[in-house]
Amino acid sequence: MEFFFEVLIGGLLSGVMYSLVALGFVLIFKASGVFNFAQGAMVLFAALTFVGLLEHGFAIWAAAIATIVTMVVLAIVVERLVLRPLVNQEQIIMFMATIGIAYFLNGIGQAMWGADVHPLMLGIPQGPVDVLGIQIDKFDLIAAAVAGSLVAGLAFFFQKTRIGRALRAVADDHQAAMSVGIPLKQIWVIVWTAAGIVAFVAGIMWGSNLGVQFSVALVALKALPVLILGGFTSIPGAIVGGLLVGAGEKLSEVFLGPFVGGGIETWFAYMLAMLFLMVRPQGLFGERIIERV
Amino acid sequence: MLYREAGQFKASYAADQAIFPILQDRIGAIAILAVAFLVVPFAANEYWLRTILTPFLIYALASIGLNLLTGYAGLVSLGTGGFMAVGAFTAYNLAIRIPGLNVVVVFLLAGLVAACVGILFGLPSLRIKGFYLAVATLAAQFFLEWLFSHVPWFTNDSSSGVISSPEIVMFGFRFSGPVSRYLLTLTIVAVLALLAKNLVRGNIGRSWMAIRDMDIAAEIIGIRPLRTKLLAFAVSSFYIGIAGALWAFVYLGSVDPSAFDLDRSFQVLFMVIIGGLGSILGSFLGAAFILLLPILLSNLPELFGVHIGTAAGTNLEFVVFGTLIVFFLIVEPHGLARLWQIGKEKLRLWPFPH
Repeated sequence: MEFFFEVLIGGLLSGVMYSLVALGFVLIFKASGVFNFAQGAMVLFAALTFVGLLEHGFAIWAAAIATIVTMVVLAIVVERLVLRPLVNQEQIIMFMATIGIAYFLNGIGQAMWGADVHPLMLGIPQGPVDVLGIQIDKFDLIAAAVAGSLVAGLAFFFQKTRIGRALRAVADDHQAAMSVGIPLKQIWVIVWTAAGIVAFVAGIMWGSNLGVQFSVALVALKALPVLILGGFTSIPGAIVGGLLVGAGEKLSEVFLGPFVGGGIETWFAYMLAMLFLMVRPQGLFGERIIERV
Repeated sequence: MLYREAGQFKASYAADQAIFPILQDRIGAIAILAVAFLVVPFAANEYWLRTILTPFLIYALASIGLNLLTGYAGLVSLGTGGFMAVGAFTAYNLAIRIPGLNVVVVFLLAGLVAACVGILFGLPSLRIKGFYLAVATLAAQFFLEWLFSHVPWFTNDSSSGVISSPEIVMFGFRFSGPVSRYLLTLTIVAVLALLAKNLVRGNIGRSWMAIRDMDIAAEIIGIRPLRTKLLAFAVSSFYIGIAGALWAFVYLGSVDPSAFDLDRSFQVLFMVIIGGLGSILGSFLGAAFILLLPILLSNLPELFGVHIGTAAGTNLEFVVFGTLIVFFLIVEPHGLARLWQIGKEKLRLWPFPH
């Protein structure tokens, strides 16, 4: 039984990491209806920039600020060069454009900083700690704390600030938001910046766990089932979905994997999400899909 | 002047409903087929046949398959690689377990099995659409990839995981040289492309388009969503399955699950979008574009006498490829097929605009 709980908690905590990546997707999808496939590439790009600057002798705070500035610039460039010319195109075209951005970011990140594995040491403590008789990795606990504070920060930003209110208005109804004078283009820049900063945090956490390398970009693929479980437009959905996927994945790998030959982590979350969608098409917390003719 | 339909009267229903209703299109299609069948095998060298023309045709077939689903029925799928793998592994297992089976039968059965798998993974499309569906089809991609690499029965208990494909034999003739393999691929692709062209102008294709444009309205005028959507998945997977079998047997010469990974799915989706959603011609144009672009990009620096390392070269290729995709989507979001359509309008008046 204790083993079961250890696996469960390990899964939940790694699910937190998926939630971090899924959050970035949700932010952009909510505000602009763009399914941003480049989120994974943004995670890698931010992490690579950060690590690259650290390796060039920057202090941690300087590198962090420089990376955030880079993500802001990226958001502005994306809005100017990609979103603005493609406004009002079909969703699939926007989706394809973000795949183009993903290629671009992966290429440029690795061209600038090299394709090797960069270890990222921020002095985050690792090693097991004993909580109520269950072994938990300290790193996972810290990751959970970081994710928690990030979500709290985002919730505060969305609920209490002026810009947050504007963002929610845009998410509700583009045209109504525009007609009351909310500048849509600025909102997109802000939202991509927010997604970039979330990607940066996710990049740091994944990077210090695995080392900064190309496979970090593939984490985005793990975030997709989280998204459809939780609903594309729901921040709490991204968190709960992440936890469910993380726990389900680990439990299935440990208790089900040996019977079918292992390696089922790659698809289990997708199958789970797909079966779930058959029952509840809008995901756990997604807005109810109402169709009008 | 040269390209216009003035004076071509359609005196019968058959003429009105022809696949290529305009004379010039008919001549053009026949000319292209004639060149592809009669001139290319002799004019092209082995490198072109083996590494460019054959994969181009197979990609075009896969793109047609995905285009039927995404472009005509409006159901986005990211599971193309998985369905290609189903085709390839079915063909492999049929070929080694039933020796002497005609290769056409092998490919057809491979397509049919892929169609069945497609129907299975198409079931969620009845409840969900858009990106939810796209992500759900990723389940097919990852599950099928895992299935073929982890269940030893599919690879005939081979230990290495990479297995060479059996010989392609039809009526005692072995397809071993690049020319015969090219011709085999060309024949299959040409027949299936005409079939697809025929399919989309008829009852089935129109019901797909109705579902794509507005599924509720389509349902109200009496189109059954269940049957139409699942049929789209079945036909699309049939095409993609045959493309997968060709990819393994004719192009790679080996059957390997990693040849059908997610990148393959994206590549085919790119071809469909760049070529033009809802256009058979576009599938060919898109396949040519996406296949030739990386080859061009990797050879371009050499042409200008610039040498860059392979690693930097690959990264730069990524950058340029991504930029071009975005650029292309901005300039012509409706794809290469739309460019050809615009060109046709211009050709009507050319060279005397008045």
